[in-house]
Amino acid sequence: MARRIPRTAQILADLRSPAPDAVVSDLPGRLVTMCAACVPVTGAGIIVMSDAGPGAMLAGTDGAAQIMEELQFTLGEGPCVDASTSGRPVLQPDLATTAAQRWPGFTAGALAAGVRAIFAFPLQVGGIRVGVLDLYRDVTGLLDDRELAEALAFADAATAILLQLQSGTDGVTGEPGLLAMIEDRAEVHQATGMVSVQAGLGLAASLVLLRAHSYAAERPILDISREVIDRTLRFDPEDDHHE
Amino acid sequence: MTREQRLARVFVELADTLVARFDVIDFLHTLTERCVELLSVDAAGLMLADQRGQLRVIASSAESARLVEVFELQHSEGPCMDCFHSGQQIVNVDEDQMRARWPGFAAESAELGFRSAHALPMRLREEVIGAVNLFTRAPRRLDGDDLAVGQAMADVATIGLLQERVGRQKDVLAEQLQMALNSRVLIEQAKGVLAERSRITPAEAFVVMRSYARRQKRTLTSVAAAVVDHTLQAAELGAR
Repeated sequence: MARRIPRTAQILADLRSPAPDAVVSDLPGRLVTMCAACVPVTGAGIIVMSDAGPGAMLAGTDGAAQIMEELQFTLGEGPCVDASTSGRPVLQPDLATTAAQRWPGFTAGALAAGVRAIFAFPLQVGGIRVGVLDLYRDVTGLLDDRELAEALAFADAATAILLQLQSGTDGVTGEPGLLAMIEDRAEVHQATGMVSVQAGLGLAASLVLLRAHSYAAERPILDISREVIDRTLRFDPEDDHHE
Repeated sequence: MTREQRLARVFVELADTLVARFDVIDFLHTLTERCVELLSVDAAGLMLADQRGQLRVIASSAESARLVEVFELQHSEGPCMDCFHSGQQIVNVDEDQMRARWPGFAAESAELGFRSAHALPMRLREEVIGAVNLFTRAPRRLDGDDLAVGQAMADVATIGLLQERVGRQKDVLAEQLQMALNSRVLIEQAKGVLAERSRITPAEAFVVMRSYARRQKRTLTSVAAAVVDHTLQAAELGAR
């Protein structure tokens, strides 16, 4: 989670810069490529969440990403599975030494594919779970503080992008629009909860709705959220909203 | 009861949370409340540095949004910021010095009626992971005993965050911090859901959820998750 952290904003800007009118569905692929270049890892993948748990890989840098995603999906175990169900990152700098007990089937398969370390980051905003950013490398070793901060900034950017994708609208790729979705203020989270009850929507759709309203009104999402909490603004089912 | 006796009770209470089903958010929240009682301050907040080096409020003794704002203002300036960067206690700064060192923070906290602010570091060996922030309405100096108790509370908070003592200390702490930060977001969302369902304020919703969690011996985070996915109804929680 991030406030309007400069690094996340920069990542979102850089993702769009080669083609400023890029559609949101292009962004995950670019993100994993850029992430693997900025963080000292061999490859990266984004797995989306469904109600049944971790699901399909949305984007991946190479074949090893695909192998590991399939392994975890088939076996139902692994760092990504744990990260997405627990909401806690799984940092495994040395799979061979520490992971076999935890995920016997997965570890054997991952080692055979040449993977020695995995760092899985749940993509989430509180109770909103959209997926996992999976980073792996072919050598052992920790991520240091700077590298971890960088990985988390990519995770935040991926969260915003996936939320946008979920909303089904391809537009609104501007950074302020995307960043607003991961604005980490208590009032925004509270308003998300309130709107979910008012409009009869899930939390993710409620957050997207708040963001859309803030974008259309050209006002910060924090201001909109405060109005919801003060009960001067409501989002009832019959109002216009995205399905 | 002397302060020493009360302090002993606090540590027993806190030790209980470490062995029973551990709920880190509830634990840290309790800690801030005990700081208020033991040190006779008016508000306490616990700030943790996330992996991006930003100070974030993880628990505060009162749920008022404005109070949290004052804690959070310190991500750019204030006693917590200085404490976090130096690893030193930042205490007993008189009002003139406060205004000189941290003009924005001093103005904001004065507006809320707080005349004194102190910060005690949460240290893990050489690393500072956060700070305990104490506010009083009347100008107040913390004496040697106060500082010893306050620092002990900060140290207990640090220990409470590290439940597992394994070789991968750094990774474990990183994982736990992220999870705790996300749990906090979930709790805010649940406050909103319950506030709307029961027509109460988010602050009242927090109290309802926490009371329920304690009665049912569940973690606050699990109660919040149940509120948000509708498996727990407002009536069951005892909200009106």
